[in-house]
Amino acid sequence: METDSIVLSATERAMLAGDEGPGVQKAMEIVVALGRIYGAQQLVPVGSVQVAGVSYKNLGEAGLEFLAEWADQGARVRVPTTLNPAGMDLSRWQALGFDPAFADRQNAVIRAFSQMGVRTTCTCTPYLIGNRPGLGEHLAWAESSAVSFANSVIGARTNREGGPSALAAAITGRTAAYGLHLDQQRRATLQVEVRCSVRETSDYGALGYLVGRAAQNRVPFFRGLKVTAEEQLKALGAALAASGAVALYHVDGVTPEAVAGADVLASESEFMVIDSIAPGYSALSSARAGDESSEVRPHEGWGAPIDLVWIGCPHASLGEMERVATLLRGRKVRSALWITAAREVRQAAVEVGLVAALEACGAQVVADTCVVVAPMRELGFRSMATPSGKGAYYGPSHAGLAVHYGTLAACIESAVEGRWTPSN
Amino acid sequence: MDAIELRGRIIKGGRAHGVALVSMEPVGFFGGVDPDTGVVAEPAHPLAGICVSARVLVFPTGKGSTVGSYILYRLKKNGLAPAAIINAESEPIVAVGAIISDIPMVDRIDIACIHSGDWVEVEDERIRIVRNIERDP
Repeated sequence: METDSIVLSATERAMLAGDEGPGVQKAMEIVVALGRIYGAQQLVPVGSVQVAGVSYKNLGEAGLEFLAEWADQGARVRVPTTLNPAGMDLSRWQALGFDPAFADRQNAVIRAFSQMGVRTTCTCTPYLIGNRPGLGEHLAWAESSAVSFANSVIGARTNREGGPSALAAAITGRTAAYGLHLDQQRRATLQVEVRCSVRETSDYGALGYLVGRAAQNRVPFFRGLKVTAEEQLKALGAALAASGAVALYHVDGVTPEAVAGADVLASESEFMVIDSIAPGYSALSSARAGDESSEVRPHEGWGAPIDLVWIGCPHASLGEMERVATLLRGRKVRSALWITAAREVRQAAVEVGLVAALEACGAQVVADTCVVVAPMRELGFRSMATPSGKGAYYGPSHAGLAVHYGTLAACIESAVEGRWTPSN
Repeated sequence: MDAIELRGRIIKGGRAHGVALVSMEPVGFFGGVDPDTGVVAEPAHPLAGICVSARVLVFPTGKGSTVGSYILYRLKKNGLAPAAIINAESEPIVAVGAIISDIPMVDRIDIACIHSGDWVEVEDERIRIVRNIERDP
């Protein structure tokens, strides 16, 4: 007989036996099964949870039914829990043209989460709305870009959770201690020497795309990066986690586990050199990078009309919104310009007059959702420019959009022109 | 009549029985199995066109999108789920799907011991295989 690798506490055994009801029992079954699959020896308490699988577009009726049933079985979260982007702006969906039937189902999803005690702010950047975990704190976060940020930039510890497994951790307050919860799994297994200039946020996205594709699920350690803003790391990690399954990376002298003297390298690691990020720009602009089999037409090049410019993947910080407003200089946009952000960040932007300034230029500051999880084709969009590596990667496969990838300045100029007009 | 008894590792406890449907290739449920018919829909799959409903579904491991967990749930709600799932080595998507759908599941089984058409009984980590019935897969 297979001996069980996991040792559970009395409380955990009681949850598994159903003493706290069927909802908690199901959650503990998930946590324990994943622990068995990955050879964990124990469970650890988690400080917070980020749940993915929120958009009705991805969940469908099956996912909604499942969440509603779990909530009705009495499942309630025990730790602060936030949600990934939903399929629409939960308060301004009508003005943005969303279908009322879709809105009805999306709202039902949000109600199920709310019944479980989840904070129904829908963002991929919980770390921008007050949830900054501590160094070494155990978490159960889904949303690959947030997982990457928490592990790499903050030095907290989480695996890449799925929707149900993250929710199971929230309901039990625990996750199985395997993978990135363990010291030895956090060491770098791929050394990346960067020998070219990487300055713009979109440069970091292109770099992340190239390295993620090569790294798969290894842990990269970057040398040669002169990071000047947190947004650059946010863009790097999001792209690494899109083209690869990278959940943790280190940057020499920058990220908390790669500060001077730290033992950051695994005993065996491979080595790669990045001489140019241009191949990343071109792959992300091809409109086919995310899904080779997609039917989306290829990049039409300079001067092609664009329906949408998208800023805010991962969700925009206040600083990123300020830069957009500065680049617009009061000019009107010809194509749609969406800046997606957490509701709290949008509210902060309202309070400093930034939303009014952006709206006066024809931009929309959209909360709770993003282009990857909203029904974009149903809203009439076919082509998009973005400075986000992750957004460009998923645009064709998840939103059915032809993608132009460029710097923030190039994207804003293109929004004003209504055509793809990168200046260099 | 041959009966073989094997022990594996519980992923989702419970009792079930049925006729085995064996794939030596991994199975992905999202896009791989139609939740409204239970039929394997992946064109080049060895089980393409075959209905998984009420069968003891045996395959090495899962694959594909995490939405696959919800496809298993949908199959269950539609009365079209497999009776039980047996894997060589389980992965999270199918494991979570089996748990949320109350489908008994066991892994760490030498799946070469099971042939399509065998009668299989699953009780927690124990499985019993009876090979006295001639059946097509």
